Amino acid sequence: MSEPRGGPAIETVGLVKTFGDKRAVDGIDLSVPSGMVYGVLGPNGAGKTTAVRMLATLTRPDGGEARVFGHDVVREADAVRARVSLTGQYASVDEDLTGEENLVLLARLLGHGKPAARTRAGQLLDAFGLAEAAGKQAKAYSGGMRRRLDIAASILNTPDLLFLDEPTTGLDPRSRNQVWDIVRTVVELGTTVLLTTQYLDEADRLAGRIAVIDRGRVIAEGTPGQLKSSVGAGSVQVRLRDADRREEARSVLAAVLDVPVQPGNDPVTLTARVMADGGTGPAELASRALAELAVLGITVDDFSLGQPTLDEVFLALTDDEQRQEAVI
Amino acid sequence: MSITESTPGPGTVEVTKGTEEEDAYTPSGVALAALLDSPRPPRPSPLAASLAFGWRAMLKIKHVPEQLFDVTVFPIMMTLMFTYLFGGALAGSTSEYLQYLLPGIMVMSVVMTTMYTGIAVKTDIDKGVFDRFRTLPVWRPAAMVGYLLGDLFRYALASVVILCVGLVLGYRPDGGVLGTAAAILLLVGFSFAFSWVWTMFGLLLRSEKSVMGVSMMVLMPLTFLSNILVEPETMPGWLEACVDVSPVTRLVAAVRGLMDGDAELGQITWVLVAGALLIAVFGTITMRLYNRK
Repeated sequence: MSEPRGGPAIETVGLVKTFGDKRAVDGIDLSVPSGMVYGVLGPNGAGKTTAVRMLATLTRPDGGEARVFGHDVVREADAVRARVSLTGQYASVDEDLTGEENLVLLARLLGHGKPAARTRAGQLLDAFGLAEAAGKQAKAYSGGMRRRLDIAASILNTPDLLFLDEPTTGLDPRSRNQVWDIVRTVVELGTTVLLTTQYLDEADRLAGRIAVIDRGRVIAEGTPGQLKSSVGAGSVQVRLRDADRREEARSVLAAVLDVPVQPGNDPVTLTARVMADGGTGPAELASRALAELAVLGITVDDFSLGQPTLDEVFLALTDDEQRQEAVI
Repeated sequence: MSITESTPGPGTVEVTKGTEEEDAYTPSGVALAALLDSPRPPRPSPLAASLAFGWRAMLKIKHVPEQLFDVTVFPIMMTLMFTYLFGGALAGSTSEYLQYLLPGIMVMSVVMTTMYTGIAVKTDIDKGVFDRFRTLPVWRPAAMVGYLLGDLFRYALASVVILCVGLVLGYRPDGGVLGTAAAILLLVGFSFAFSWVWTMFGLLLRSEKSVMGVSMMVLMPLTFLSNILVEPETMPGWLEACVDVSPVTRLVAAVRGLMDGDAELGQITWVLVAGALLIAVFGTITMRLYNRK
């Protein structure tokens, strides 16, 4: 935390990693600003873990460059290691050792003397709610406890950059919330977090910026808001007073919005996904449609225009990819 | 430091009232903040890092003591089996044979045990914890040296167990306490060097089973085709020639010499030089693989 936080935490240019014929990471360019949670979002096998392993000095890139706080991950691996820590996808704790032994071991490997290592381990176990389980072997821990121990081990010496590779995969909702709270706290205290996830919800809640990765490439990058608006779609829901006029309303909406309109399960509701049309945004189109309904005397009891969810964004982006691929 | 707008301050993180469940926990931002603000200590010395990894190996023995079977029960079995199986046939009496066999069987048991180093390395690689170790800013060989430090304890234990069994059965070392201690030191030291062969295979091969298979394939002929069980002079000429150049034969000759009190400096020097070469070659390859993995 001593160094200036001006420069980017991570910068990669054309990063490539191949396994046999498969290009697991196929030219990734990233710039991760310091002091925020940066989300890397993608489906299984998109190359997220491989990218993280290269940035954490575990795997050598086959092409391109990556710098962490200005240090090259291959040539200055030791300088990078001094500033990062990694919580891998599979618990990076020694299951044969107790929670306390795990932390004492790592504290000593990070340069604490024996008494200091014990004190620090004890404090972390307290802070992470693991004090009672301190003397139990890590293999006896629940998934959530193991994850917390894992993250505790990662922040033993407050890293400047913390890699969290799918930290909540396989956790129940409560444990997931605990991990989210920890991540928020760590970032508030100045650590940059690179978080990979396949859950859009998670990226949306935690990340200040998101890179969407598919098949080893970045297919979109920006704030969650930018990603959503780039897709230019919103979901309109209309609740009518009179179920008898639903068909009529449906054809009006379909004509104005120029998209298919679905009747809801409730006999008075209609929903449609509104696409931006040239210079006209979803909100403007929706208000025009409402005006048409008013002209025809169809009473609208309730109306909502939702932002697209990241799920919709993700599906839209990956669909585009597939379409392009099909053309080629 | 910058703070993302949407998140609450560290003090405002809510603390749920504790239920009986062990997982009912909400991180306290205040407690974490205090922890995260402390300064970093300087990186540990190579020795301190290696000792920390060695401590881990000892903890593993403490938590899974069954793994000591191969350095306690197995050597006892070997000593009893070979003494009573071959004693009468090869030396006329079991007590006579024991005097010849014991230093050899000690070498055989300990050298056989070295293969567990490779298996331990392989088991760890398959778990996430290995990744964490590899991202630590410590002296790179420390993790590997740590395994071997734990193994030193195992080798010493196996040697002492066999010596005790031997003494009970009537073995008397003419080299006395000093000669015996020197023999055990030499054996444990050589085994430490020899273990680097297995750390290499642990990093190289794809599964625990293949590590085990390769180890047996090397160790069986290496230990049996030696002067451990019988005098090489009784073998056909071509085999005797092979056995004479085997490092295990040289090691047994030196250990036997020390325990019998008639060691030659040349024998001991040969073992020390061979050990240094093993570390230089296989230690280097191991570290290369470790860094590239």
